[in-house]
Amino acid sequence: MSAQVIVFFILAAVAVLGAVSLIVQRHPIRSALSLIVVMVALAGLYLLQGSELVAAVQIIVYAGAIMVLFVFVIMLLNAGEEERTNVSRMARYVGLPLGFFLMLQLAWWVGRGTKGMATAASSSPAMTRNLSKLLFTDFLLPFELTSILILVAILGAVVLAKREN
Amino acid sequence: MSDFFNQPSVWIVSIIKVVVLMALMMTALAYLSWFERKVVAHIQSRWGPYRVGPHGLLQPLADGLKFLFKEDPTPGGVDKLIYFLAPFLAMALALCSIAMIPFGPSPWLQIANVNIGLLVLFAITSLGVYGVALGGWASNSKYPLLGGLRSSAQMVSYELSMTMSVVGVVLMAGTFNLREIIMQQQGYWLGVIPRWNLLAPPFPQVLGFFVYFVSAIAETNRVPFDLPEAETELVAGFHTEYASFKFAMFFMAEYANMITVSCLATLLFFGGWLSPFSAGGMMVWTLYIPTAVLAACAVLLFIDGLRYSTRFGRIVLPILALALAGLAAVCALPGVLAFVQGPFWFLLKVFLFLFFYVWLRGTLPRFRYDQLMSFGWKLLLPLSIANVILTSWMVLVNSK
Repeated sequence: MSAQVIVFFILAAVAVLGAVSLIVQRHPIRSALSLIVVMVALAGLYLLQGSELVAAVQIIVYAGAIMVLFVFVIMLLNAGEEERTNVSRMARYVGLPLGFFLMLQLAWWVGRGTKGMATAASSSPAMTRNLSKLLFTDFLLPFELTSILILVAILGAVVLAKREN
Repeated sequence: MSDFFNQPSVWIVSIIKVVVLMALMMTALAYLSWFERKVVAHIQSRWGPYRVGPHGLLQPLADGLKFLFKEDPTPGGVDKLIYFLAPFLAMALALCSIAMIPFGPSPWLQIANVNIGLLVLFAITSLGVYGVALGGWASNSKYPLLGGLRSSAQMVSYELSMTMSVVGVVLMAGTFNLREIIMQQQGYWLGVIPRWNLLAPPFPQVLGFFVYFVSAIAETNRVPFDLPEAETELVAGFHTEYASFKFAMFFMAEYANMITVSCLATLLFFGGWLSPFSAGGMMVWTLYIPTAVLAACAVLLFIDGLRYSTRFGRIVLPILALALAGLAAVCALPGVLAFVQGPFWFLLKVFLFLFFYVWLRGTLPRFRYDQLMSFGWKLLLPLSIANVILTSWMVLVNSK
């Protein structure tokens, strides 16, 4: 087994454990921290695949910006520990089987699809440049549409926040 | 990636580099605190540390021991895991980022030459806010909580303008690699003025540098932006409940961050390790500036050491001066001369920035919280966006 595979399994284990901890933890801050662990582990996985740019952006945007706002809001609201309740009947009889089914489906697709794709994401010094070029030429319309969508969401948030005064 | 795992020599070389850099960094952090106390003291017409060793030179050592042996009480009702995690997080992230910095042209003077070094650096520094915010929250106390909230808000606000301000440099260099960004700044105008990004065409990054450095001071929570630890309002801010070595870790993280942002300012705007003088023709003598500077320091230290008030000082200071003189002589050796140029100019520029930091601390009063926010969002951010637009326009015009 090569060192790369070992590192992959370590990172994967950290990511899965972080995700489980995210659900199991009762305090919101601890859940948020678990989510950060998941994101950093995922960034490590991207790095292992040779896509440095995606890894760096993952950390800057998700772990460094979005999660900081999460933690900030939780601190500001001073949210306490959650009470654990019994699982509702709906979740137990419909949700669990559906979740299990979804997982099977994902496993099947991933097992089928990855065989020929491993070489596609090779690292090269020009990757950042190529990616940016694609983003601003071939995929310009979806890119701009996404930014307009985000702008609309920001404006909506401002309008909602202003109304209270 | 795969060569990294399969070549044992890469491992060994990296480990040696990390160990040496960590040792140097720890010493630099300790003496940066001594330097700061001394300079601020002289600004305020005081002597500063003077008792422990000649000129208080052993003060950092004494402080380190004091931090190690102090009692370390944990306040009641804290979130134990996060309370312990926060200082480690702050310290580890602050030290990580120095790995990307190239201190000279030789590959021995950089730990990791990453293709997208600048982005990785920003990724690491963007996580730095967690140490401060979580430390403030986990202490289960009012003042640290307020300090932590303030610092998260401040760091999130200023990180935006800091990241935007370096986009101009990236546009001009066309790369995220720190080494290549420095190489792009080679050459001299009229043979005299260096073509650093601060002065270079197509668009001198004066505006970018201003925004970067002001945001960097706010990012590192230093005066005049040290709202998170405003003593008069918040006791000591986010680290009020931390004692002993955990407090020391927050302290060292702040200093390490200062060093990192100064290094980044040097290599993005001031040509990194490049000398301000072109060494061609008549100007060959500029290669001996490192030797001359070190020798001058040695002479000053020697004279001062002979007249020092305590006997210990009269012995130690001249010995230090002789060591410095030896270093100066080594720097003039033909083999070492070329190697020493890069690190000398780099460290000199970083030192000037650090002095500027301390100078600010001794001079300026603190901002008010609302002033801080409106300054960041209404002045720095628009300025940095204007810089991006103007630079990209000029780059486009020039490339046609």
